[in-house]
Amino acid sequence: MYHNSFRAGLRDGLPIALGYFPVSFTFGMLAISQGLPAFQAVLISATNLTSAGQFAGLTVIAAGASLLEMALTQLVINLRYALMSLSLSQKLDSRVTLLQRCIVAFGNTDEIFAVASSKPGTIGARYLYGLILGPMLGWTGGTLAGAVASGLLPAMVQSALGVAIYGMFIAIVVPPARQFRPVLAVVLIALALSCGFAWLPVLRQVSAGFAIIFCTVLAAGAGALLFPLEEKEEEAAV
Amino acid sequence: MIYAYIAVMAGVTYLIRMLPLTLVQKKIRNRFLRSFLYYVPYACLTAMTFPAILSSTASVVSAAVGLAAAIVLAFRGKGLLVVAVWACAAVFIAERVLAVVL
Repeated sequence: MYHNSFRAGLRDGLPIALGYFPVSFTFGMLAISQGLPAFQAVLISATNLTSAGQFAGLTVIAAGASLLEMALTQLVINLRYALMSLSLSQKLDSRVTLLQRCIVAFGNTDEIFAVASSKPGTIGARYLYGLILGPMLGWTGGTLAGAVASGLLPAMVQSALGVAIYGMFIAIVVPPARQFRPVLAVVLIALALSCGFAWLPVLRQVSAGFAIIFCTVLAAGAGALLFPLEEKEEEAAV
Repeated sequence: MIYAYIAVMAGVTYLIRMLPLTLVQKKIRNRFLRSFLYYVPYACLTAMTFPAILSSTASVVSAAVGLAAAIVLAFRGKGLLVVAVWACAAVFIAERVLAVVL
């Protein structure tokens, strides 16, 4: 199956855009509280399109740290995107050109990658353009709204919206984990490792960015060793 | 100076995303590597979700309620938006109930 409809991409991107709004809203408010003007907050969101990296970047700016520290912080926190881009490179149709790859790379966020991965078969650039457009608008628009309307949204609504992104992730992971044992095994391994990095002494010292990378590499590596895929399984399940 | 920070942030983040996507254009044949990349999204999304979800709302209890709601709905095969919206609603209701009880 080959997905390359701009409209289908737009439709699939809508829940991501909605989920991004409250997160970027929070980013906009935080940027203002750190002394950045609204324009710069929006500029960061429009050029970075990443949550954890931007929040970390704000703290680096606020601390007045060096540009090298900024580069290293972004590298560690965002290194997981390299794995996602590698995985996405296998998902793209052979008709996708180098220039198109350079464009869609900009929008390879956690959620866009997750939705793109959940499509059976291969995907094309037009589908990805549609998929990226809505979330980009939601992300920058949310930042602007948050910067302008700092503190207008009641705290209780903000708190409830905080769970939205995770709800999406769960909706992506659970159905294949339920139908396909190896995916369930990989999910449980990643879950155990992630808890270890959050709660065990020593492991707890590892930064969140590195913890996600370790969990991903170890759990996916264990899955690949224990349950190597047949060609047809890969087609059917992804 | 702020613009230099922003340029470094954007540049590093973009290169991390762009290089693997442009340098690896061929289908990978190696079975282990193909299997590994197939499992990456599930491992990565799981690691990002838990336990981070527990601190995504005002209290661990309301977050756990949202988590439970999301798992039940996803298990029943509901779509992304439905699961996300009802997880938020579950958190909202849980926090109102907690406010009354405590």
